[in-house]
Amino acid sequence: MIDHDNAYGGLVEARDDARWAFGTGFDDPLAGVDTTLPPGVDGGALAVYCLMLADDALVASQRLAQWSTHAPELEEEVALANIGLDLLGQARLLLARAAAADASVVPALPAGSPVPPEDALAFFRGASEFRNVVLCEIANGDFADAVARLLIFSTWRLALLQRLRSSADPVLAAVAAKGANEVTYHRDYAARWVVTLAGGTDLSRRRIAAAIPRVWPYVAELFTGHPTERSLVATGVGVDTAELRPEFDKVIGTVLHAAGLPVPDIADAVGMTGRDGAHSAALDAMLAEMQDVARTHPIGRW
Amino acid sequence: MAVTITPVDLERARKVAATVRDPEMPMLTLADLGVLRDVASVGSAVVVTITPTYSGCPAMATIRADLVVALHAAGFDDVDVRTALDPPWSTDWISADGRRALTEHGIAPPGPAHARSAGPVALTLAAPSRTTHCPLCGSADTQETSYFGSTACTALHQCRRCGEPFARVKEI
Repeated sequence: MIDHDNAYGGLVEARDDARWAFGTGFDDPLAGVDTTLPPGVDGGALAVYCLMLADDALVASQRLAQWSTHAPELEEEVALANIGLDLLGQARLLLARAAAADASVVPALPAGSPVPPEDALAFFRGASEFRNVVLCEIANGDFADAVARLLIFSTWRLALLQRLRSSADPVLAAVAAKGANEVTYHRDYAARWVVTLAGGTDLSRRRIAAAIPRVWPYVAELFTGHPTERSLVATGVGVDTAELRPEFDKVIGTVLHAAGLPVPDIADAVGMTGRDGAHSAALDAMLAEMQDVARTHPIGRW
Repeated sequence: MAVTITPVDLERARKVAATVRDPEMPMLTLADLGVLRDVASVGSAVVVTITPTYSGCPAMATIRADLVVALHAAGFDDVDVRTALDPPWSTDWISADGRRALTEHGIAPPGPAHARSAGPVALTLAAPSRTTHCPLCGSADTQETSYFGSTACTALHQCRRCGEPFARVKEI
C-alpha cells in the first residue's frame, strides 16, 4: 500500500513505475474494454468520427488549461481546470477508441518510441489533421469570452453526447454516457456565469454582451455536419448534428433571456471547416505550444 | 502461488482489492467508493475490474498500480486490472460506510444522483435548493461557494454557523 499520509514515503516505497508521481503512469484508458467493431460498422469512418469528437474536447481542454494562473478568482481557476480535465479525459478515451477502430489513423513514430496511440494522435498530428470545430480553437479572450464559448460548446456537446448514449458502437455509447453527466455540470456553470455577469456591474454586463456576438460566427459550423458524420447516421453509430439545433436554440434562448441579452443575428465565419482540417492560425500557435515537449523527445518516457 | 486460483484464494483476493484506498479520498476504500466492479479469476490470473469516477480522473493509473502492488504483496503474482465504462459510475454507489467515513473526515456526502433519461437534459440556472449539512458542526445553514472543488468529484461549501469551508462530493 502507498503511504498516503506521507508523499515522500509514498514515492520511495513504490515498486511500480506508474506510481513514481501521482497522476503519471498514463496507461491505456480502454484497458480491458472490448473494442471489437460492431457488425456493419466501418472502422475507418468510426475512427475519423471519434477523432472529431476527441479533437473538440482536446482543443477545448487545452484552451481551458491556459486559464491556469490567469482566472479572475481562485474558485474560477479551479472550475475551469476541472472542466478542462473532464474534457481531456473524454478526449483520451475517444482518441484510444479511434486508434482501436483503425490503427492507420495513428501517426508513425521512430522505432523504439514508447508513445501510446492516444499520445501519438494528440502530439504528432499537424493542425490540418485536427478535426475539431473552429469554435474550440479560437484564442482565449477575457473571462466573459471563456464563459460565452463554454456555454455554446457545452450546450452543443451535451445535446450530442446525450444522443450518442444510444450509439450502435458500445464503446462510444459508454464514453458519451459518462461525458454527458460531466458536461451537464459544465453547461450549468457557464449558463450561471452568463446570467451573473449580465446582472452584475456595468462593466461585467458590457463584457458578456460583447462576448456572445464574438463567438456566434462559429455556431453555424456546429450544425453543418461532415460527410463522415452523416455516413454514420444510417448505421446508428453517429448523430446528424443538424438535428441538435432546436434543442441548442432553446437552451441558449433560455439563458440569454434570463440574462436579458439578445440572441445574436450574425453571419457565419466564412471559409473555415474544422472537420475537414481547415483551421485558423490560432490552432497552429496553440499546437506549437502543446506539442513542443513531446515532439522534441519522440522516444521520451514520462 | 498455485497455477489455478481456488475459490478460497479468490475470496482472499476480493478482500485485498476491496481494502485498497482511493488516493484522493483515502478515507474511502475502492469498494466504499463504488469503483471496484468485480474481482474474478481467469486461469492463474486475478482479474480486477474498476470504473473511473470521471473521464479525466487522474487517480486511475495510481488506483491500478495500488491494486497490483496490494495483490502482489498478498501472493497473487498474475494480476490484470481492467476498466469497465458502462454503466458510468454514480455517486449513488458510495456505500453507507463510505458516506459515514466522508462525514467523519469533514467531507459532506452526496445526495441522490439525478435520474438519467434519454431526452434533453434540463438546464439548472439556479443553484440547487438541496440542504447540505456541515460535516463539522452539523448545521444545515450552509452555502455552495464553488461548483468545482479540489478534485473532479467535489464542490466547495461554507458553513454559515461555524464559518468553516468544506468539500461536498457532488452528485453524478
